[in-house]
Amino acid sequence: MRFAVDTPPSILDAHGSEAHHLANVWWIMLGIAAFVYLVVGGFIVLASVRGRRREPAEGPSRHDQYFIWIGGVIVPTVILMFVAFLTVHTGAALRAPGKNPLRVHVVGKEWWWAVEYPGTSVVTANEIHVPVGQPLEIQVDAGDVVHSFWVPQLAGKLDAIPGQHNILRFTVRQVGVYRGECAEFCGLQHAHMNFRVIAETPGDFTKWLLHEQQITPVPSSELAARGQLAFNSSACAGCHAIRATDARSNVGPDLSDVGARARLGAETVDNTPDNLRRWIADPSHFKPGVRMPPAVNSPDDLDAIVAYLEGLR
Amino acid sequence: MTTLLPRPGAPPADEHELRERWEDDPGIPGFFGTVDHKRIGVRYLVTAFAFFVVSGIFALVMRVQLAAPNAHVLSPEAYNQLFTMHGTTMIFLFNTPVLAGFGNYLVPLQLGARDMAFPRLNAFSYWIFLLGGLMMYAGFAFGTAPDGGWFAYAPLTDSLYSPGKGMDFWAIGVVFVGISTTVGAVNFLVTTFKCRAPGMSLSRVPIYVWSFVVFGFMVLFAVPAVTLAAGLLEFDRLFDTAFFRPGQGGNALLYQHLFWFWGHPEVYILFLPAAGMISTILPVFARRKIAGYTWIVGSLVAIGFISFGVWVHHMFATGVPVLAMSFFSAASLVIVLPSGVQFFCWIATMWHGKVRFHTPMLFAMGFLLLFLLGGITGVMVAVLPWDWQATDSYFVVAHFHYVLNGAVVFPIFAAIYYWYPKFTGRMLSERLGHASFWVMFIGFNVAFFPMHMLGLLGMPRRIYTYESGLGWDWLNLVSSIGGFMFATGVGVTFVNLWVSRKHPRDAGPNPWDADTLEWATESPTPEWNFAAVPIVASRHPLWDQRPMTFAEDGAYGPEGALRRAIPITGGLGAEPEDVLYVPPETALPFWVALGLALVFVAMLVQAQLVAIVGLAVAAVAVLRWTWRIGDRDIATRPETEP
Repeated sequence: MRFAVDTPPSILDAHGSEAHHLANVWWIMLGIAAFVYLVVGGFIVLASVRGRRREPAEGPSRHDQYFIWIGGVIVPTVILMFVAFLTVHTGAALRAPGKNPLRVHVVGKEWWWAVEYPGTSVVTANEIHVPVGQPLEIQVDAGDVVHSFWVPQLAGKLDAIPGQHNILRFTVRQVGVYRGECAEFCGLQHAHMNFRVIAETPGDFTKWLLHEQQITPVPSSELAARGQLAFNSSACAGCHAIRATDARSNVGPDLSDVGARARLGAETVDNTPDNLRRWIADPSHFKPGVRMPPAVNSPDDLDAIVAYLEGLR
Repeated sequence: MTTLLPRPGAPPADEHELRERWEDDPGIPGFFGTVDHKRIGVRYLVTAFAFFVVSGIFALVMRVQLAAPNAHVLSPEAYNQLFTMHGTTMIFLFNTPVLAGFGNYLVPLQLGARDMAFPRLNAFSYWIFLLGGLMMYAGFAFGTAPDGGWFAYAPLTDSLYSPGKGMDFWAIGVVFVGISTTVGAVNFLVTTFKCRAPGMSLSRVPIYVWSFVVFGFMVLFAVPAVTLAAGLLEFDRLFDTAFFRPGQGGNALLYQHLFWFWGHPEVYILFLPAAGMISTILPVFARRKIAGYTWIVGSLVAIGFISFGVWVHHMFATGVPVLAMSFFSAASLVIVLPSGVQFFCWIATMWHGKVRFHTPMLFAMGFLLLFLLGGITGVMVAVLPWDWQATDSYFVVAHFHYVLNGAVVFPIFAAIYYWYPKFTGRMLSERLGHASFWVMFIGFNVAFFPMHMLGLLGMPRRIYTYESGLGWDWLNLVSSIGGFMFATGVGVTFVNLWVSRKHPRDAGPNPWDADTLEWATESPTPEWNFAAVPIVASRHPLWDQRPMTFAEDGAYGPEGALRRAIPITGGLGAEPEDVLYVPPETALPFWVALGLALVFVAMLVQAQLVAIVGLAVAAVAVLRWTWRIGDRDIATRPETEP
C-alpha cells in the first residue's frame, strides 16, 4: 500500500478546475506585483539617495503633483481596475453548478472528516474517492465547531460552519492522490485533521463505489472472527460503525473499509498492522488529546481486533 | 500680543513655582495619582513593550517548535495557548497601547497644550488597559490560558468546546481593553478639537494628530462590535444564551461578522497612527515640508471610511454568496488607492529633499519597503477567488506580518529613535541604531518572506506540527532562523536604551531640527509642557516661525501655567474661547478601574463577596470623581494659589 500522497499540496501544482484557474490568476498577479514592487521600490531608493548633493527644494514643487496624480492615483486605478476585472471574471466562472454532478457529503468533526455518498449506503472517513472529469458537488458541513475543507491542488477553501450547508463545486482533471487539510483552527488537534482525495478514472470509481456497497465483513480467519466479537462487545462499537454488523454508532469514523485506508487518525500515521495495534491501545500516543479513549486492554483482544480490522477492505 | 520668550531650553524665571504647581507627589501617591499625559504615555509605552517582549518570546518558542517536522518542543495545548496569546497580545496589548502611548505623550505637545482634555479619564484609560491585559494573562495562573485563537471563533470558544476559565478571562480582557481604547479615542478627539494652541487652524494641525483624529472616530464606531462579540460570547458561556449556537436558534457566523466588523477597521486603526509617524519623521530627515499635506489628510479620512466596508474579506471562505462578497472584494481594492496616494506623497517629499539617513529615517525606509510588499500581497488576498486559496494559509501569515509588523512595528521603532531625545533629553547611539535596523530588517525578511512560499505550498495556519515530505521543512527552518535574527535586532535597540542611560549624551531641545511644537520646549518635557502658550502661524511652526512665538505674559502664559490652565480654542481657526483647568493628581481613576476589575474577576471565580466590595469601591470612586467635575477651585491647589 502507498501511504504518502502523490505530490506535496502546492496550490501551483494544480490538478483541479478551480485550482487551475487560481494558479493562472496567481501567475498574472505575481507578474504585476513584481513589476509594481520593482518600480515603486526603485523610486523609493532613488528618491532617498538622489538629493544627497543638492539642497532641498523650498516649498512645493510641481513634481509633487505629478507623483501624486500619476503614481498615487492614475496608475493604481488602472491596475486595480484590471485586478477587479480578473476577480469578477474568475469568480463568476468558479463554483457554478455543473452538468450531472456527483454529490459527496463531507462532515468535519474534531478532528476527522466523515464522508458519505448520498443515494448510496457508502460511508467512509478521511478518504474521498472521486472520478476525474465529472463535476463534483462537495457539501461541506460541520459536526461541532468551524472547520475548513481544503485540497490545495484541486480547489480553494470552503468552511464547514455549524448550521450551514456550504457547497464546493469543481472537477478533478487528473488521476492522483491529493492531500486535503482542515484550514480553520478547530482546537487541540487542528494539525492532525487531514484527509486525502483519491481521484480515479470513472471506471475505477464506479468499481470502488459498487465494491463499497457490497462490503460484508466476514472474518477471514479464526483470529479475525474473535476480533469481531471483541470489537462488538467492547467500547469500540460504542462509537464506530461497521456496515452489516451490530456496530452502528456514528460518534467516531465509520470503519467498514478501514483496512483499505492508507493512514490512521486523519492522516496522522501510516496504516500498518503495528501502528493500528498501537493506535487502538493508546491513540493519544500518536495524537495527544484525540477524542478516542484507549478502550482495549488485553493484548489478545488487541491482536484479534487488529486482524479483524485489517481484513475490512 | 505676542512676544518672544527666550529660546526653548533656557529655564523660565519662575521655574521653581511652576515645578511646585505641576510636579506629582513623590513615591506611591504620585505613582497612582498622576494625571500627567506624559507620564501616562511613557507608562503605556513601557507596559506595551513588556507585553511585546513576552509575546515575542512566545513567537520564538513557536518558531522552535516549527523549525523541524514532528518536533516535540511544545504540546498541542501549549502551542495553541502560545499562538492565541501571541496574537491577542500583539493586537490588544502591544500595537494598540504602544500607539496610544506615543499619542498620549505627543498629541497634546504637538497641539501646544499642557495636557489632554480629560486628564483623569486618561489615567483611567491606562489603568483599565493594564488590568485588562493582566486579566488575559491570568489564565496562565489558573492553568487554563486562552487557547481558542486571538479571533476566538464560536462555537470553538463556547463552554462546550472550551470549558476552562481561560476564554472567560480573555473575553472580559477584550471588553476592558475596548473600554480603554474608547476612552482614549474620546480624549484624543476632544483634545484635538478644543485644545489646539491659538492660531492652529485645522489646516495647520500636524498630520500625526490628524491620524489620531481618524483613529478616534474609527475606534468609536468599530470597538462596540468587538465588545459585543466578546460580551455575547461570554453570555453564551456563562448564562447559556445561545447567541452563537446554531442548534438553539443562534448563528455561528454572526460572531465572525461582529468580530471582523471591528477586526478590519482595527488593522487601519493600528496602521494610521503608524503612517502618521512616518509623515512626521520622513520630512524632517528629507529636510523638506511634506508634499501633499491635504492629500495625506484626505487619504487618512478616506481610509477611515472605506475600512468599514471590507470586513467580509476575512470571511471569503465562509459561504457568503459570491455577489455579496464581490462588493467587499471591490472595497478592499479601492482602499489601496488612499494608501497609494500617501506612498507617493512620501516619495515626492524625498524626491526634492536631501535625505539624512539617521536611524529614525532608516526605520522609515524599512517601513516603506516592507509596507509596499505587504500592500501588494494585500491586493492579492483581496481578489475574492484567489483568497479561497490564500486565506488561512501561511501566505496570509506572511501578508499580515508584513503589514502589522513591517508597517506598524518599524514605524514604532522609527518613533522610538526619533522621540527618545524628547522623552529623556538624551540621544540614542546611531551606531547601535543602524545595527539594530539592519539586523531587524534582514531578520524580518528571512523570517516572513518564506512564509509566502509555505502558503503557496499548502501549509495551513495554526498547526502545531507537520510531517516531513510536504516540501515545508527547509522553509520553516529558514523562517525560524530569521525570527531569532529579528529578535536579536530588537535586542540591540534595548541595549541602546540601556547604554544611553549609562552614558547619557545631551540631546538639546530640538536635535533633529524638526518642525512640530513638541520640540518648542525643553527635552525632557517639563511637567507643564510650555511655560508660555505657543502662538501658531504656520503648518510647520518651528521652521516658519524662527524664532518661535509665544503668548505674552498674562494671556495664557506663565500665569496660565501657574494656574494649571490651558486655553480652550474653538472653530476652524482655533480662536481662544475659554480656559480649561488641569485637575490635580488623584488616585480616583485607579480605584474605579480596580473596582471594576474586581467585580468581573470575582464573578468569574464565584467570589460574590469580593464582587460586592469591588462594586462598592468603583461606585464610591465614580461618585467622588463626578462630584468634583467642573469644580474650578480644585484645579489649583489651595496652598499654591497665587
